[in-house]
Amino acid sequence: MKITNILFSVLLTASMFIMSCGQKDSDIQASVEEKLKSNADMGAPMTVSVADGVVTLTGECKDEACKVQCEQLAKSAKGVKSVINNATVAAPVVVSTDNSLESSVRDATKDHPTVTATVNDGVITLTGDINRSNLPKLMQSLNTLNPKKIENQLTVK
Amino acid sequence: MALQEKYKQLTDAAAAEGISNLQVREQDNVLYIDGVATSGASKDKLWDIYNRIDPDYRSGDLVMNVNVAAGSGSKARVTTESSNLNIRKGPGTDQPIVGKAEKDSTVTLLSQTNDQWWLVRTDDGEEGYAYAQYLTIQ
Repeated sequence: MKITNILFSVLLTASMFIMSCGQKDSDIQASVEEKLKSNADMGAPMTVSVADGVVTLTGECKDEACKVQCEQLAKSAKGVKSVINNATVAAPVVVSTDNSLESSVRDATKDHPTVTATVNDGVITLTGDINRSNLPKLMQSLNTLNPKKIENQLTVK
Repeated sequence: MALQEKYKQLTDAAAAEGISNLQVREQDNVLYIDGVATSGASKDKLWDIYNRIDPDYRSGDLVMNVNVAAGSGSKARVTTESSNLNIRKGPGTDQPIVGKAEKDSTVTLLSQTNDQWWLVRTDDGEEGYAYAQYLTIQ
């Protein structure tokens, strides 16, 4: 009885081992997705599809390095034969020059005489005061000027 | 990544509102959301959500450039605070004023110079450039 049990479990282990050599596409998909999670640079999760061990990646990466890293992570997953990397790289954010920002900020703040805006290295800094009801309009127009960021230090009344 | 979490409600809403050319990018601890809304109401909704997540837009960690799509020939209402809207010879407040459009009057959009300036025609037939922030596209 005992010997039969041992034999049975040996057979079971062996069969599991054989099965794992030809991994199921769904298992490969899960393990690739798991590996990609470790890539902290990823924004939205990459879409992973697998057909006969061939992995296709689609989605958006923030830069080229991130795209390469995703492909390497996918290749390192068990059972992956090859990777088709269809990921796209997001275009970098374009920030206006200080010269063009200065003139466009002047236009945007013209009707807000109590607001002082300065521009330095793409950053718009707002000081002075404003009524709360006028703040959205001012912020909306400043947000269209392609600044690097907007530091709102206004006293809101 | 943390910023995308912080503004997730906003980016989800942008997708739900059908913002076209939607781009969400994070660079140097600032999140940039760009896209084109189909209506002024969609844009306002996003700005309301932004204000709820970050009251009075204090954090300086988001730049949201969402404009309203409008073809030439569309109408827009003049939504100034109280005064009339200056119609200028060129796109810039340093340009001479060639006309005025009354608050709450309607102008015809002829072409968009950039995100800030539209070439418009007033009901009186005056043509010139007006500041986009004071035009609510209908």
